[in-house]
Amino acid sequence: MSASNAVAADTPRTGTSGSAADLTARSGPGARDGTTGGRSGKRKLTGREKRNLRVGLLFISPWIIGVAVFVVYPLVYSFVISLTQYSGMQSPTFIGFQNYIAAFVDPLLHTAVGNTVYYMLLAVPIGLVVALLLALAMNRNVREVALYRTLLYLPSLIPMFALSFIFIVFVNPQYGIVNQFLGLFGMPATNLLGDPRYAKIVMIVMAQLGAGNAALIYLAGLRNIPETLYEAARIDGASRFRQFFAITVPLLTPTILFNLITGVSGAMMVFTEAFIMTDGGPDNSTLFYMLYLWRNAFSYGQLGFASALAVLLFLFGMLLAGLIYWLSRRFVNYDVSAG
Amino acid sequence: MALNTLDSGTKNLGNAPKLKSRSNYGRNADGSRPTAVSAWISRLVMLVVLVLFSLPVYWMIISALKTPEELAQFPPTLFPTELRWENFSDAVTVMPFWTFFRNSAIITISVVVFSVISNFIVAYGFACIEWPGRNKVFFIVLATLFLPFPVTLIPMFDMWAGLGFVNTWVPLIAPALFAGGFFTFLLRQFMLQTPRDMLDAARVDGASEWSIAWRIVFPTARPAVTVIAIFAAVGTWNDFMGPLIYLQDEDKQTLSIGMEVFRSVNSQDVQFNLLMAASFLVLLPLVILFFIFQRYFVSGITLGGFK
Repeated sequence: MSASNAVAADTPRTGTSGSAADLTARSGPGARDGTTGGRSGKRKLTGREKRNLRVGLLFISPWIIGVAVFVVYPLVYSFVISLTQYSGMQSPTFIGFQNYIAAFVDPLLHTAVGNTVYYMLLAVPIGLVVALLLALAMNRNVREVALYRTLLYLPSLIPMFALSFIFIVFVNPQYGIVNQFLGLFGMPATNLLGDPRYAKIVMIVMAQLGAGNAALIYLAGLRNIPETLYEAARIDGASRFRQFFAITVPLLTPTILFNLITGVSGAMMVFTEAFIMTDGGPDNSTLFYMLYLWRNAFSYGQLGFASALAVLLFLFGMLLAGLIYWLSRRFVNYDVSAG
Repeated sequence: MALNTLDSGTKNLGNAPKLKSRSNYGRNADGSRPTAVSAWISRLVMLVVLVLFSLPVYWMIISALKTPEELAQFPPTLFPTELRWENFSDAVTVMPFWTFFRNSAIITISVVVFSVISNFIVAYGFACIEWPGRNKVFFIVLATLFLPFPVTLIPMFDMWAGLGFVNTWVPLIAPALFAGGFFTFLLRQFMLQTPRDMLDAARVDGASEWSIAWRIVFPTARPAVTVIAIFAAVGTWNDFMGPLIYLQDEDKQTLSIGMEVFRSVNSQDVQFNLLMAASFLVLLPLVILFFIFQRYFVSGITLGGFK
């Protein structure tokens, strides 16, 4: 239970049962919380509150166990193991921050970081724009729009492993059609996946097939923009262009933020396509961070080093989330809600 | 940010059916009549994207129907001259396809059932019982949404290895028993709308929380439950890394790894027409699921749109 205590730092630290004395001792945090009616100050929980607390915690107990086992324990464990040399076979030996130092000077890791950042810088903005474009088009009620929505969402369902197989055939210089097409523009037949210049690009293009998810989220955001704003803008004689940048974009910023966060975190963990399509090649051009982490852990048996990479990824993710959040405070508009 | 925007998520729920409603028919979202030009631009955008999206899928289907000779032809043919339907029967015999399929199905169904039960119970605890401190605890649920899974990869592997569960389905299924994250969030959003009077009336009548949860709230939460069931099914069916890490024996393997093994074992001479036929069969259950539950797919995603 120590783990659940750590999680629920400012929540009533109790199991699902307890004596009345325990409850009195714990009434402080519960009462200050003010969720039960706003009465402030220290006081004893009423009988009904005690009962609710007991039953409520009982109902969420699967989650409490889950968060302890699948979140808190791994976080602590990852950090501890990252300070050791550990192959999974013998017991870990403590080596301090050597794994982190090794990571900073590892040229392969630099390649992996470079590839991942490259992927992120291209795939995320392209994804945001493609999905927004789709959503704007879907938002016009042309007669057969439901059909388009269905058909455009369908590719989002294709499992990444199956999509990888499909693209292996699709861009294959012999079986595929892509080279045929590029040939029209005078490009010689190339094995796109075998060329360090193009392998990442193929994966970035491929990722766009999943745009349906983000597009539907945009669509929901677009539907939440009050129509009165557009009416007012039209009366004032604002052009469509002006309406888009003065109303649509600002009011869509929370949705854009959501899609940005999902996109960035997805790009940080790009793995399956590189594992199947190129195995990190050619010339390490698709060796992404996650693939390198995976190799260290499960191919090279360097669990300590891999844990250090995981911790670094975790810290980077938190940093990025913080940055996005900070940006959102400046640019994201929560003022006008729908309706 | 979280708690304020939670409400917009709830509100959004009410708007979700609007996607389907015809009251706005023939009009733009802003209520104006679309000009012919703007409607045609929209059509054009959607058609262009549709063609680009469909091409790889089309290529999969025709490749799955080509004979080995035609597949090897250069330049490739846009329409197969001879449809070889046997590719499908061959695809399921050159590799233990149905074993992989069955394994994927068992894992997926187990995960769906466990996810629905555990997430519903936990969401009920967060939405329908008012206990002191629950909103603070719920913040932790939201925080876990941002946890990148790689940081849990190695500890989890070590844990399951220590318990002797590597090379079994336990590590893939068991986490579904413990709820949490996005599914709990979604269900809670939905269940917060359950009228409190209804719950209180049942309590006054002496019903236990357990029976209120399952007999009153569960039936009304069915749309949201369907949404998380679908998401759990798609996510598990499509999972690659989980089986890759935990499963070794071929007879326990899922489709995702099984097909990759088939390909890499025959890497000198991959029969791409068979691989495409198998890929099509992998997709088929998802496509069927999609067409049955189409409106839930859409509403589920728009529901999750605001965190």
